[in-house]
Amino acid sequence: MSAVSEFQASTRAWLEQNCPASMRTPMVQEEIVWGGRNATFANPDSKLWLQRMAEKGWTCPGWPAEYGGGGLDKEQTIILSQELARINARPALTSFGISMLGPVLLEYASHQQKMAFIPQIVRGEIRWCQGYSEPGAGSDLASLGTRAELQGDYYLINGSKVWTSYADKADWIFCLVRTDTEVPKHSGISFILFDMASEGVSTRPIQLISGSSPFCETFFDDVKVPAGNLVGRLNEGWTIAKRLLQHERTMISSFGLASGQSDRGGTTSTVASIEGAAMHYRGDTDKLSDPVLRDQIAQFKIDSEAFAYTSQRSVEESKQGQGPNATSSMLKNYGCELNKRRYELLLRAIGSQGLGWEGEGFNPEELQVTREWLRSKANSIEGGTSEVQLNIIAKRVLGLPDILSMSKR
Amino acid sequence: MALTLNQDQQLLKDSAQSFCQHNAPVSMLRKLRDSKDSDGFDRQLWQQMIELGWAGMAIPEAYGGFDFGYGGLGVVLEETGRTLVSSPLISTVLVAATVINELGSEQQKQDLLPKIVAGELLIALALDEQTSHAPKRIATTASKSGTDYILNGRKTFVLDGHVAQQLIVVARTSGETDSEAGISLFLLDSNAEGVNCQRSWMVDSRNSAQLEFVNVKLGANALLGELDKGFDGLDRALDVARIGIAAEMLGSIQTVFESILQYLKQREQFGVLIGSFQGLQHRAAEMYSEIELCKSAVRAALAGLDDPQKSRIEIAVLASVAKAKLSEVFFLVSNEGIQMHGGIGMTDEFDIGFFIKRARVAQQYLGDAVFHRDRYATLNNF
Repeated sequence: MSAVSEFQASTRAWLEQNCPASMRTPMVQEEIVWGGRNATFANPDSKLWLQRMAEKGWTCPGWPAEYGGGGLDKEQTIILSQELARINARPALTSFGISMLGPVLLEYASHQQKMAFIPQIVRGEIRWCQGYSEPGAGSDLASLGTRAELQGDYYLINGSKVWTSYADKADWIFCLVRTDTEVPKHSGISFILFDMASEGVSTRPIQLISGSSPFCETFFDDVKVPAGNLVGRLNEGWTIAKRLLQHERTMISSFGLASGQSDRGGTTSTVASIEGAAMHYRGDTDKLSDPVLRDQIAQFKIDSEAFAYTSQRSVEESKQGQGPNATSSMLKNYGCELNKRRYELLLRAIGSQGLGWEGEGFNPEELQVTREWLRSKANSIEGGTSEVQLNIIAKRVLGLPDILSMSKR
Repeated sequence: MALTLNQDQQLLKDSAQSFCQHNAPVSMLRKLRDSKDSDGFDRQLWQQMIELGWAGMAIPEAYGGFDFGYGGLGVVLEETGRTLVSSPLISTVLVAATVINELGSEQQKQDLLPKIVAGELLIALALDEQTSHAPKRIATTASKSGTDYILNGRKTFVLDGHVAQQLIVVARTSGETDSEAGISLFLLDSNAEGVNCQRSWMVDSRNSAQLEFVNVKLGANALLGELDKGFDGLDRALDVARIGIAAEMLGSIQTVFESILQYLKQREQFGVLIGSFQGLQHRAAEMYSEIELCKSAVRAALAGLDDPQKSRIEIAVLASVAKAKLSEVFFLVSNEGIQMHGGIGMTDEFDIGFFIKRARVAQQYLGDAVFHRDRYATLNNF
């Protein structure tokens, strides 16, 4: 038996033994495991599954074993994800530590910082949030103004962030701060980590059009942060910030991927697929009776398939350990636009039953679709707007002249 | 399923690219067009392509081929698409040889396939009868007369029909128009009595023909595949051909896009390069994204053809995904190709016009995007 098939066989056997039965059912929103100091487990199997996976480092299979990761090579990582998909295993842990922070710590942090933070991310012990956007710094992120001033052995941080996902639930923040105001905007930014329980940190959830409040305003009022928490070199945080965004975009692009046979992922109901919903609500049996909708659903699904192949190809083409590159902007943009198309089509498929806000006349899934449709509108804004992604593609991938070099800095 | 080329495929692609750029640039198609060439392709070039083994790429070794798979033929087609090579590679190799390989008896394969590999036989598929692709809409009849069949009917858009020595004709032997059952395929010499051929000069400067069959007598051994049950094998072969055409379109799309990018980086207006305008940058970036999806759809479909694990339905879905997607994107990129070049895009002197002309023919051939979206929906039960 080759080394590859041996790994596959032992992985399959281990999963068979260790993945609890309830962890092989479609994920439900309330049971997503975010980890953290105050982690809650709606389903006790989730806790067991996380412990077992974390022990093998398989919550972060490609990260070095030295820091608690799985230490798997690219081929093994792909096999593991295939084996997990084969049994419909739920993700043991979902976190910004895994999808965003960890990869840049591995690339830029000191050995000491890695030892301090990476194993906690692998085990889901600390829940992280992202301190990037500010009221005056959205698409023009580099114009951010939150100040960090060195006072002996600590930085004093003052300012505010906005759209901080789950800031009210997070334990720590990775934060972009201005450490030099005398230089061009990209050259005075640093990347720093601190505890959200520090004195002077406060958060306020923002209610969105969907009715939920996943994002917050976050305020820093004379927050003291140990100087050793600065990652990379002083004033060179923009490089780390951009790298982290590539990881974030790769994560967000996966919103464009349908999971298995389902368009909405995780459901087996009448609204699991767009075409299924369209036929169900029209009472169609063998062919969708609205020919225009049918054509548009087919077009959407064809684009989805081609997009899924493109995500797969991008993984195949990336070199071992190299991570995402500028094509992450293309995947992010396309994936988000696809996800928005998915929900617009789903609304049309369901008709007026997909437009309920609350109350008796709608089943819970119908109400959920309405909220998810509204939530999807953020996809092409968060992690850099679609327009910003197109700018990056034009500049970094296609080598077109920089539009901004002609505007004032 | 690997969506990246393996080393052998990459080497083949590189050599095909270099061959097409040097021996068959777009100027060759221009010359064939301007001289109203009687064949519509260059026989010397075709001979060179034969020597490179391109005709036997996907044909099994048992029939004189090289068993290099559809992945191999696909990269060659992509490169011929880059320079709009006009040759019998589509009609004879991609389409007709595949039909023979799918449906032919052992004897028919032994007789015909080695000749195709050696470049000794040009052969065309006579399928469509109406102006848009409809492979089940067959009114041409082959009626039994003793042990023979008598063929009557008309065919249109028969690629290379005017130069083919033999024809594969899709005919109805029973059943109603539009029904799958009752479709049979026949082989015949193009100079048989009762075959009338009229060459069609198409906008892409490639050639097809309209054929008329008037009481053409076919021997019992003319039947290709089973009587009345030809459609399944035909449809399998058509899926291979659709994927091959998608690969060819991928090459053409990339040439147009490269030309657009080059122009954006050299043309100045208002004192700056026009490529610095966001209105053009975003359109270029969106085209780039669509082209990346096209590459993936084509690679997935070609890999699917070479994967014995894939079911018939999976291949059909891959083919319709590829042909629908590439048809849409070739439409987009060829239109933008003209618009983003401005005035010179409208001139015959500039090559871009050849690509928009080829785009529309390639979009139509074997089903446009709407045809394949309808087919995709049907295959997915909605």
